[in-house]
Amino acid sequence: MKQELRLSGSGGQGLILAGIILAEAALLDGKLAIQSQSYGPEARGGSSKSEVMISDEEIYFPKVTKPNLVLVMSQEAAKKYVDDLSDAGVLVTDSLFVKDLPTSFKGKVYELPITHTAKTELGKALFANIIALGSIVKLTGLVTEASIIKAVLNRVPKGTEEVNEKAIKLGMSLIK
Amino acid sequence: MSMEELIDQYFRPGRLPHIWCPGCGHGVVTGCIVKAVDKLALSKDEVAVVSGIGCSSRASGYLDFNTVHSAHGRALPVATGIKLADPKLTVIVVTGDGDATAIGGNHLIHAARRNIDMTVVLYNNSIYGMTGGQYSPMTPVHAKATTAPYGTIERDFNVAELVKAAGATFVARSTSFHAQMTTDLIAKGIAHKGFSLIEVVSACPTSYGRQNKMGGPADMMKWQRDHGVPMVAYEKLSAEDKLIKFPIGLLYEVTDAQEYTEAYEALIAAAKGGK
Amino acid sequence: MSRILLLQGNQAVVEGAIAAGCKFFGGYPITPSTEIAEDLAKKLPKIGGKFIQMEDEIASIGAVIGASLTGKKVMTATSGPGFSLKQELLGYACIAEIPIVIVNVQRVGPSTGQPTSPSQGDIMQARWGTHGDHWLIALTPGSVPECFELTIRAYALSEKYRVPVILLMDEVIGHMREKIELPDNYDEIPQPERKQPTCKPEDFKAYATDESLVPAMPPFGSGYRWHVTGLVHDETGFPKGTPAATVESTNRLHDKLYNNLDDIVEVENFKMDDAEYAVVAFGGAARAVYEAVNMARAEGIKVGLVRPITIWPFAEKQMKALAGKVKHIMVHELNYGQYVEEVQRVVAGKVPVTSYGVYNNEPATPEELLEKIKETFK
Repeated sequence: MKQELRLSGSGGQGLILAGIILAEAALLDGKLAIQSQSYGPEARGGSSKSEVMISDEEIYFPKVTKPNLVLVMSQEAAKKYVDDLSDAGVLVTDSLFVKDLPTSFKGKVYELPITHTAKTELGKALFANIIALGSIVKLTGLVTEASIIKAVLNRVPKGTEEVNEKAIKLGMSLIK
Repeated sequence: MSMEELIDQYFRPGRLPHIWCPGCGHGVVTGCIVKAVDKLALSKDEVAVVSGIGCSSRASGYLDFNTVHSAHGRALPVATGIKLADPKLTVIVVTGDGDATAIGGNHLIHAARRNIDMTVVLYNNSIYGMTGGQYSPMTPVHAKATTAPYGTIERDFNVAELVKAAGATFVARSTSFHAQMTTDLIAKGIAHKGFSLIEVVSACPTSYGRQNKMGGPADMMKWQRDHGVPMVAYEKLSAEDKLIKFPIGLLYEVTDAQEYTEAYEALIAAAKGGK
Repeated sequence: MSRILLLQGNQAVVEGAIAAGCKFFGGYPITPSTEIAEDLAKKLPKIGGKFIQMEDEIASIGAVIGASLTGKKVMTATSGPGFSLKQELLGYACIAEIPIVIVNVQRVGPSTGQPTSPSQGDIMQARWGTHGDHWLIALTPGSVPECFELTIRAYALSEKYRVPVILLMDEVIGHMREKIELPDNYDEIPQPERKQPTCKPEDFKAYATDESLVPAMPPFGSGYRWHVTGLVHDETGFPKGTPAATVESTNRLHDKLYNNLDDIVEVENFKMDDAEYAVVAFGGAARAVYEAVNMARAEGIKVGLVRPITIWPFAEKQMKALAGKVKHIMVHELNYGQYVEEVQRVVAGKVPVTSYGVYNNEPATPEELLEKIKETFK
């Protein structure tokens, strides 16, 4: 089964990187994956989305059209990127930024304190993307815990391995 | 070497006569280039001559080196590619006032800024000769051209000051009358490690001279003799004379600036070192 | 040994360039091709290659032409506005027969257009952007692994035929990340070599050819001194203004490629064996078509995909054959309709050819294509 995920928020939250890491974790599990993104001219602050598709079979069309899960980490993203999420899908929000849930969506919503946890537990908001990955992996079981940790550690700067691994675990712990 | 011997040695058999008009200074300047190469005893195989488009740029086809007659204004980017890709080649760029400072003006300042090792011989005939006499960025203000029938109102570039400001490390000026000086300056420019530019004021009796009533070829040579003044003497001229005359000789030289292809070799060594 | 990576199309182009022996890149930053320059700026010096960011797009192609004359394999990369600026020197490389590889990661245009949105609007510019009669090769990858393979092929064709090869990408392929398996080292990738003269330097005529119609090209500094010009020239390489010289030169530039179309033109057929209908699509646009074809077949419509990998020279033989095989052709491209005109020209009314051009900043989805297939082929 092809799984389609959209990670959205604003530029600078590290969601493109999060999408890459998730796709790389899928490759480590021996699956196929495609990651793509769209963004405006802003390096920081504009809306940003990163899309990941994971499947055991060949994936042709690289853009998400029927997301199984959408992560929104800004109010703007909650307005822009949830329209095509069917009620069978899952919406994950960062409760620090998303106050108004999209009214059209009637499916399962997880309002998670992603950035709040990053700030309070790890001292920096910039770990929010990795925490979000932990939550998504726990929620979907799309990739193994070992692969997501390995994929994260392949991508993060030397010396930050420990805190990033902790971020993944914190993200997982947000899913009860 | 006599001129005949120089022609045998450095000009391609069967390519002469050249296309330049009777009285044109470009043949003299081209002769100065081969004399400079001869003076330095460079191997013809190790010299690349790159030109743009225009009267001056036809020189590349006559010369028996590795030669490129590129596109209008683009001699410097092509020369940059040659020099960076194979730094052991000696690169000489042949260009004109329009080719180098109008359509190729951006490339000129950036090649100077990089201080890449090449020698630009800028044949300045103050006009677009090949297209029949239009004004260039180096046509003196008020001079006439077919596109400036009332005299050009545009101020002209002082290309020596331009490239000096942009970062050139060897800047000189001469004329087609001062042929010995031109040869010496081109030879020094080639020997200089870095970006060199030698502006050579050349006569265009057919177009510039005729439109500006400067007389025949001999009169234009005399004009060069009387208006091109060696730097030391030029400094002593009255303010009034300075306006109508121009300094010749080596105008500016820096010998300790980092040359681009050498800097690149250092970069390669650093990159290979894993930094 | 090989490694499995998740790479962007643009990064796979860089790997392909390095694998093929590229040692010189001249470029200028432009979205959405910039990653190619950034990656090569890092990687070329490590292998003794040269990277230079030139002052503008014209200078970039000028520099790679110069570097190619020294015998190096070269690349420049750009997008629409930059590709427009490079056109004059692209023509120079055609007539002077200088091997260069130009990547154009297309974006929405004209002018600044939509820099971050995908388009395939430079199909005709790739073919006819520079002035005058000229011929060149353009290849369009449809996946990240194909970016790698076609970049290597671009060098092989460029060196073999002494012609500019355009890697005509789109933003969909350039920026998406996909699985790619790369060899650990590139030593076993065949390195295309330029034909070298066998005569003595004094007997060398720079543009004299054998039956291949492709002249030998010794590098500057090799002892073979020759003249390169954008003027029409004869076999000596020196300008020649006669009508006969122009005809001979023009014909040879055409024939050296068009006598070898079977070597140059590559087309992929997907589920075409029993197809009654065909969708013609390439690059990023083709991705949705594979899925739409599968969906349409599940509904009983016998449709297949014909994907030109070589965009120029046009796949004339293949399209003619297609017209004899299917009942109806639909051409899907991310522009108002460019390639379709060539298909229509060749099909010449034998079967209907419908254009499905999409130009709304997004690739058409498989669902949209399925709708279009049902509507067109009913």
